[in-house]
Amino acid sequence: MKQQPGLTLIAKTVTRISVWLIVLYGFYIIFHGHLTPGGGFAGGVVIALAFLNVMLAYGHETVTRWLNISFMHDLEPSAGALFLTMGILGIALGGGFLANVVHRGTLFNVFSSGNILVLNIIIGVKVAMGLFVVVWSLAIFRFFEGGDK
Amino acid sequence: MILPFFIIIPLLAAFLIALISGERDNWAIAVAVIAMLALLCLALFGFVTIGAQTQVYQMGAWKIPYTICLVLDALSAFMLVIISGIGLTALMFSVFYIRHLSTSWKYYALFMLLITGMNGVVATGDLFNLFVFMEIALFAAYALVSYGSRAEEFEASFKYAIMGSISSTLVLVGIAIVYSATSNLTMATIAQLLPQNPTVMYFAGGIFLAAFGLKSAMMPFHAWLPDAHSSAPAPISSMLSGVLIKTLGVYVLVRLFYNVLGAPPLFLKMFMIFGSISILVASFLAMGQWDFKRLLAYSSISQIGFILLGLGIGTRWAILGAIFHILNHAIFKALLFYNAGTVEMVLGTRDLRQMGNLTKILPYTTATSMCGTLAVAGMPPFNGFFSKLIIIIAAVHAGHPIYASIAVAGSFLTLVYFMKVQRYGFHGKKVIEREGVKIGWGMRTAMIILAVLTLATSLLILPGIRTAVLDPVVAVIMNKTGYITQVLGGNL
Repeated sequence: MKQQPGLTLIAKTVTRISVWLIVLYGFYIIFHGHLTPGGGFAGGVVIALAFLNVMLAYGHETVTRWLNISFMHDLEPSAGALFLTMGILGIALGGGFLANVVHRGTLFNVFSSGNILVLNIIIGVKVAMGLFVVVWSLAIFRFFEGGDK
Repeated sequence: MILPFFIIIPLLAAFLIALISGERDNWAIAVAVIAMLALLCLALFGFVTIGAQTQVYQMGAWKIPYTICLVLDALSAFMLVIISGIGLTALMFSVFYIRHLSTSWKYYALFMLLITGMNGVVATGDLFNLFVFMEIALFAAYALVSYGSRAEEFEASFKYAIMGSISSTLVLVGIAIVYSATSNLTMATIAQLLPQNPTVMYFAGGIFLAAFGLKSAMMPFHAWLPDAHSSAPAPISSMLSGVLIKTLGVYVLVRLFYNVLGAPPLFLKMFMIFGSISILVASFLAMGQWDFKRLLAYSSISQIGFILLGLGIGTRWAILGAIFHILNHAIFKALLFYNAGTVEMVLGTRDLRQMGNLTKILPYTTATSMCGTLAVAGMPPFNGFFSKLIIIIAAVHAGHPIYASIAVAGSFLTLVYFMKVQRYGFHGKKVIEREGVKIGWGMRTAMIILAVLTLATSLLILPGIRTAVLDPVVAVIMNKTGYITQVLGGNL
């Protein structure tokens, strides 16, 4: 049997099943950041780890082929810019940078925290994409022979 | 309210640069220049309008003990003007200088993050927020120091990162101690509560002195500076030496020890001792250097010593001299680093012994370097003369003749090692043929602007201009309890 890049068939199969649970857990942490421990950063890290899990099991060449890395790369600064836009919306509508502009909702529901949920989602995207792209670039990084560049 | 825009504009510019730039750096340059121009206009507007007042901005429309507040007074507006002014010339210089290293947009994104961090440190009125912005500025600085991707640059950047992390850890410990004692992170509230507990005040003060002393590279904590500042690309060296060690180091020391801790005499004494050690030892170390940028880096430590000495004496004139020297040092040290960068770009060396007949090859660089040299050595009528003179007279006046003579000796030693730069470097005997590298008009303009400023800022000492520009800044520092009442205002 021809040697494929990445880990064994067992690891690949387990990853194929478990990765969706990890992503789901990441989304859960992001969406319940204002109700339970966690939030955008923690959830974003979990989602990035799901991608990294795939990268470990299948090898970085496969992941580079499957995923649109440049889109993920662009998503990261866009999330940062979106966060600032929310802040400026706060100046325009709420009387201060990052002031609440979204309806506050009912207590203990998922929609109960106004801006916080939106900001958590933005931070989640930023952290997930940032962390994944950083580790991906480390994986594809190679030293050139003989040079110090 | 203009305050949050000092942080929003550079941060948004950094994200936009990362988003819209392609392979080339054209869009990145356009966005960065527009952002810096906007920041300079805002900072000048803020400085002109603020006068003796204080503006407080409460984030998220919350009220003071629960919010992060931003504070604009004469001192922070003064620092914001320095950051944006030197930042704009550094950007002009970079456009041509960095293209000979690479044409990537990443440099400009990192540069805007550096500006974000420094503006944030200066504008914030919250102790933990200060730590966060300090880290933003430092992380951008670590990456920018190693931008040329040579082995020695990575080494310098790594050393800087280690020392920076140690000092950041100390800052965090200090903040934790202050928070456990006062249950508060707003600096004005801490200033109100902390003097009731002198043990905590002295303990936290000692930790902050070590931490921010490391950031401002005063003498026992200086080891990272000569490597980092000499390895970085020239515009970044000038930002680090001219602005970063002052915003992250000296400005925070002033804010914390004068406005928050109320200038305890013990710490002022330590400022004077560390300041005079820095002046003397760094001057002798600089004298032994043959590497142009390394010599300038040691000279920065020595000039920071003058500023600390002025702050330690603590009279009105001494603080005026220190504040004036912050501005002057930012201008002439940035200029000298641009000169060093230009020489390095054209000749490919930083060794003073390998240079020669630069008057013919680089006439503008040689002429502006003479302005920088005379200013740093304290020759009249350049700006460095007046600020050093004020500090020395203030030292004598306050009854510290020994410190005054140390400052005089330091000023003389500065002249000695900068004469070495002129004698061996710019007017050396070695005959060098002109090489193919051309310096761009942006580099030349940046140097000429700063050379003119070394003369023009001398005018700030004239009584009429001084009362409008420097005296409000001194008043903020001298009025120790004024900060509390001004910031807390109706929330007392």
